[in-house]
Amino acid sequence: MRLSEAMVTAGRGLLPVWLLLFTLVPLLMVLAVSLLTRDETGFVTPVVTLENYRRLFDPVYLKVFTDSMAMAAFATLLCLGMAYPFAYLLSRIGSAWRGVLLTLVIVPFWTNSLIRIYAIRSLLAAKGAMNSLLLALGLIDEPVRLLYTGWAVGLGLVYVLLPFMILPLYSSFEKLDRRLIEAAADLYAGRWAIFRHVIVPLTAPGIAAGCLLVFLPALGLFYVTDVLGGARNLMVGALLKDQFLEASDWPFGSAASLIVIVWLFLMMGFYRRAQRWAGKGALDDV
Amino acid sequence: MSRSGRVYLWGVFAFLYLPIVLLLAYSFNESPYGSSWNRLGGEWYRRLADDPLLIEATLNSLKVALLSASLATVIGTAGAVGFSLYSFRGQTFFHGLLMITLMAPEIVMGVSLLVLFLALRIPLGSGSLLVAHITFCLPFVTVTVMSRLKDFDPRLIESARDLGASEAQAIGHVLLPLASPAILAGWLLSFTLSLDDVVVSFFVTGPDFEVLPLRIYSMVRMGIKPEVNALATLLFGLSLVMVILSQRLMARKG
Repeated sequence: MRLSEAMVTAGRGLLPVWLLLFTLVPLLMVLAVSLLTRDETGFVTPVVTLENYRRLFDPVYLKVFTDSMAMAAFATLLCLGMAYPFAYLLSRIGSAWRGVLLTLVIVPFWTNSLIRIYAIRSLLAAKGAMNSLLLALGLIDEPVRLLYTGWAVGLGLVYVLLPFMILPLYSSFEKLDRRLIEAAADLYAGRWAIFRHVIVPLTAPGIAAGCLLVFLPALGLFYVTDVLGGARNLMVGALLKDQFLEASDWPFGSAASLIVIVWLFLMMGFYRRAQRWAGKGALDDV
Repeated sequence: MSRSGRVYLWGVFAFLYLPIVLLLAYSFNESPYGSSWNRLGGEWYRRLADDPLLIEATLNSLKVALLSASLATVIGTAGAVGFSLYSFRGQTFFHGLLMITLMAPEIVMGVSLLVLFLALRIPLGSGSLLVAHITFCLPFVTVTVMSRLKDFDPRLIESARDLGASEAQAIGHVLLPLASPAILAGWLLSFTLSLDDVVVSFFVTGPDFEVLPLRIYSMVRMGIKPEVNALATLLFGLSLVMVILSQRLMARKG
C-alpha cells in the first residue's frame, strides 16, 4: 500500500522532470552554445563570443532569413484565407455530417507529411497529372516546369500545413456563441461591424494558434525544398540542417536556430493575448 | 448552407485529398511511366516486400513507435492526473513548459535535443531517438487526457476515499477507467506521430539506426520511384484506421 502511494507521488513528478530535462535544459543549452566558439575537432571551446550573432547579419544568411520568413508568411496568410471561411462553414454543418467531415480534416494531420509532399511532387512532375490536365485542355503544347520553383514550395507548404490552420479555427468557431451575433444584429450592427467587432475577436485565439502552427513549421520543414526542388534559400530549416549535420558548426547553428525560438516565444505571447482578448470581448458583450 | 458555401467546402476537401488519391491510384499502375494505364497490379507492393533496407527501417520504426507511445502515455497520463487533481508549486511554469513542448516546431526540438545529446556525449542512435520521440509525444497525451479530466468531478475521488480506498486505489479504480478512452486515443496519436516523424529523427538518430520516414526520405530524394506510391498507400491506410479508431474512442462516454 505504501508503495502505491509512493508511485502516485513519483508518477506525478515524472512529467515535470521530463519537461525540465528535455525541453527547458536543451533550449538553455542552445542559448549557451550560441555564445561559445566553434571547436573544429570536438564540440565547442568555452570561449565566450558574439561572433555567431554577428555572422547572422552576413548578407548571405540575412537573405535566407528574410526569404524564409517571407515564404512562411505567404504560406500562413494563404492558409488563413482558405481556412477561415472553411472552418466557419464546417462549424455550421448539421451534426450528423460534421463528425465525418471533421475526421476528413484530421486524417491529413495524422498522415506522414513527407508522403503528402511527395504527392504534390507527383502532381507537379513533368509527366504528372497537372501537366497532363493542362495538355488535355490545350492550355499548353508541351509539359511546363512546375517543380523546382518557389511556387511549388509555397504550394507544398500550404498543402501540408492547411489542416494545422483549420483545426484551431474550427475549435474557435465551434465555441462561438451565435447569440452574440444575433445580439449585434439586433443592435443594428452591419455585416462588417459584426465580423470586425464580434467574430474576429472571439475567434482570435484560433487565428493566433493557427498562425503559430503554420508559420513556425513553414520556417523549418527542410524536406519540402529537397522534394519539390530549388529555392533552398527559402528555408531556415535547410540552413540549420547544413550547419548542424554537415558543417558541424554548432555555435553558429545554435545562434541561427534562436531566430525560430524567438519567433516561437513571440507567437505564444500573441496567443496568450488573443485568449485574453476573446475572454474579455465575450464578457463585454454579454 | 448556401450553394456557394457547399461548393467551397468540397473544393477545399478536393484540394486536400486529390493529390493523395492520385498517389493511391498510381500505386496499382504497373507501367513504370505514370501516364499510361495498361497494367494494373501489385508489382510495386511486391517490390516493397523484397527491399531488406526498407523492412529493417520499418521494424526499427515500429519498435520505437511502440516503446515511445507506451512510455509517453504512462508519463503523460500521470502528468495529466498531477495537473488536474493537485495544485503544486510551479504549476503555471510547468504548464507553460508543456505548451512550449506542444507548440515548438519540430526543427527547434531536433536542434535543441541534438545539442543536449552532443554536450552530454550521449551516442546518437535508438536511445537518443526514443528520448526525442517520447518528448514530442508527451504533450499530446497530457493535453488529451487533461481535456477528458476537465469534466471529472473530484468528489468521486473523495467518496472513494471516504469508503476506505487509498489515494492510489481511488485514482486506479475511479479516475483512470473514466479517462481510459482519452488515454488510448493519446497512445494512438503518439504511435502515429512517432511513425511519421521526419525532422526530429533526422537530427537525433545515428547512422546505424535508420527509421522508416528517413528511409522514405532517401527513396524520395533519389527521384520518383513507384515503390514510394505503394508505401504511401499503406501508410495512408494506416493513418486512416488510426484516426477512425481514435475518433470512436473520444466520442465514447467514459
